[in-house]
Amino acid sequence: MASVDFVDVRKSFGAHAVIKGVNVHIDDGEFVILVGPSGCGKSTLLRMLAGLEHISGGEIRIGERAVNDVPPKDRDIAMVFQNYALYPHMSVADNMAFSLTLKGASKSEIETKVKPAAEILGLSHLLDRYPRQLSGGQRQRVAMGRAIVRDPQVFLFDEPLSNLDAKLRVSMRTEIKNLHQRLTTTTVYVTHDQIEAMTMADKIVVMQDGRIEQIGAPLELYDRPNNLFVAGFIGSPAMNMLHGRLDPADPQRFVTGDGIALPLAPGHRGTPGTDLVYGARPEAIHLGGAIPMEVIVIEPTGFESQVLGRIGASNVTCVFRERLSVKPGERIDVSIDPAAVHLFDAGTGVRL
Amino acid sequence: MSVSAAPPPRASRASRGSFFERLSQSRNGLGLLFMLPAAVFLLCFLTYPLGLGAWLGFTDTMIGRPGIFVGLENYEYLFRDRVFWLSVFNTLFYTAIASILKFALGLWLAIILNENLPFKTFFRAVILLPWVVPTVLSALAFWWIYDSQFSIISWVLMQLGFIDAPINFLGDPWNARFSVIAANVWRGIPFVAISLLAGLQTIPASLHEAAALDGATSWQRFRRITLPLLTPIIAVVMTFSVLFTFTDFQLIYVLTKGGPVNATHLMATLSFQRGIPGGALGEGAAIAVAMVPFLLAAILFSFFGLQRRKWQQGGND
Ligand SMILES: Nc1ncnc2c1ncn2[C@@H]1O[C@H](COP(=O)(O)OP(=O)(O)O)[C@@H](O)[C@H]1O
Ligand SMILES: [Mg+2]
Repeated sequence: MASVDFVDVRKSFGAHAVIKGVNVHIDDGEFVILVGPSGCGKSTLLRMLAGLEHISGGEIRIGERAVNDVPPKDRDIAMVFQNYALYPHMSVADNMAFSLTLKGASKSEIETKVKPAAEILGLSHLLDRYPRQLSGGQRQRVAMGRAIVRDPQVFLFDEPLSNLDAKLRVSMRTEIKNLHQRLTTTTVYVTHDQIEAMTMADKIVVMQDGRIEQIGAPLELYDRPNNLFVAGFIGSPAMNMLHGRLDPADPQRFVTGDGIALPLAPGHRGTPGTDLVYGARPEAIHLGGAIPMEVIVIEPTGFESQVLGRIGASNVTCVFRERLSVKPGERIDVSIDPAAVHLFDAGTGVRL
Repeated sequence: MSVSAAPPPRASRASRGSFFERLSQSRNGLGLLFMLPAAVFLLCFLTYPLGLGAWLGFTDTMIGRPGIFVGLENYEYLFRDRVFWLSVFNTLFYTAIASILKFALGLWLAIILNENLPFKTFFRAVILLPWVVPTVLSALAFWWIYDSQFSIISWVLMQLGFIDAPINFLGDPWNARFSVIAANVWRGIPFVAISLLAGLQTIPASLHEAAALDGATSWQRFRRITLPLLTPIIAVVMTFSVLFTFTDFQLIYVLTKGGPVNATHLMATLSFQRGIPGGALGEGAAIAVAMVPFLLAAILFSFFGLQRRKWQQGGND
């Protein structure tokens, strides 16, 4: 096990800069998730850590050792690929034992390592099968088993759940997290799915376009997003964002572009006269109050109801615990909890 | 009786209608119908000449004189014919050495072309040149390269001071054997290289990456990932390559005509030599038929080599 450091890491493919200066510190034993939209450079960053891509600039350290010029086979890293990359001509047992076989380990040594790993993952009865004879979820487990057998410094996962169906994805999420708690090996996990990130990570690194937008614990990102991108990316349903300014008559109020007044907490950091974005998560909007909202769609899920409505000209998503008897097209009155409101500068996108 | 005679013209029309109707509904009937053109084609252009060749081998037909059935006389004669046995040796030697060289060099080239080198597409196109140039044309080029006086190879070696006199490429039996093998290898490499390259490209890059992370050196990756995954394609490609080489004719015919003193006569060229210029059609045909067991052996070998490996099979059990 080891810590991992990215120090001003850069990567270009030809003239095309993909990673534009990334600094991350990952503690020994931490479970870190890189999350961001497709094409933002998450996989590239992970592959640079694995040694599969050349590092164009900066330094990557595993433990105290700079690994820029260390070939993948000497980095002591195990990776679970998105397509699992199981060796099709080897049985499950041979797949898991491949790294040991290469080292010339004895049969008994291989057995003592493969067996417990297979047991942890529930693969014991599949050891003689070939990858083609396995389901997607089983292949995924074999890929993880291959990584576990290695007992590496760092585990890497590149969107390991994206080829699984929704139900399996949820259960594998729990299983991977459980596995990490058991093995406590430093783990770097890439996904584009913010729910995966929120539910599994000790620490989330939000990336966009080759840059880091914010690093923090899941709830930290949820409660205090640094900018509009993180605010919109983390959380489902997404945060509502209304454009407007402070009320010139009463700077304790926010007025949307179409003249709807919204409450702000005392001591907010908005500056009068600049364009602002008023962010409110769906659960910060409550039934009853002074803000009129037209109901467009109601989606009851049992425990709560998700309502798509319109305040002024802006679409707003709310989540209510109460059961509603209104119909689409009707108006209801809502209030917004001022303490849960986020203010952003509309020009720079930065949180105020 | 009246009942059986009762439905006269209407019934026949109905039965004809129902014949086509039934045909159009019948899987097997339609299948046969659709296969008919191909079957006729194969019968005319494949089975008939093959059958005729086999039959001629049992006759003493000469050009311009229809022969009679002589049983195994041609084969008995060939069995005692030193030149025939020499041609069998030559063919096996030629096929074995050329195939091994084509495989080794072709695989090596395919692996190089599969790397990320500059001008990759250009090289991939260039590599095909020996294959697209007509055999006779390239054979003529080799004829000049191997010329006893004007050979460019001899000239270069003489300029470099390695040798004093031109090499007699096609005049000496063993020189000639290796010269025609070299020409055949040059022509055959593109087929092997391009086919194996296609095979290499079906191996996902992530397997190599996974193996590299598992600690494999590049030799171990080749030995334990590339080679096993490539075996099915190697089996197909090498079967074809062996068949092509075994039945080679044009190259020898242009370069040496089987000389010197039959040292490069292959079974195919000897068969032609005896049958057409020599006029002994029956004997030529017998030589050609004698190639069949060898070819069958090659095909059977590849059939078993090609059988789906366990790991290629799908299914759940
Ligand atoms: N081998 C490559 N050559 C050129 N561009 C690449 C290569 N690999 C990735 N890219 C580019 O780098 C960017 C980031 O890719 P990637 O790291 O795969 O994104 P993500 O995993 O976040 O979806 C994309 O714009 C992609 O097109
Ligand atoms: Mg990716």
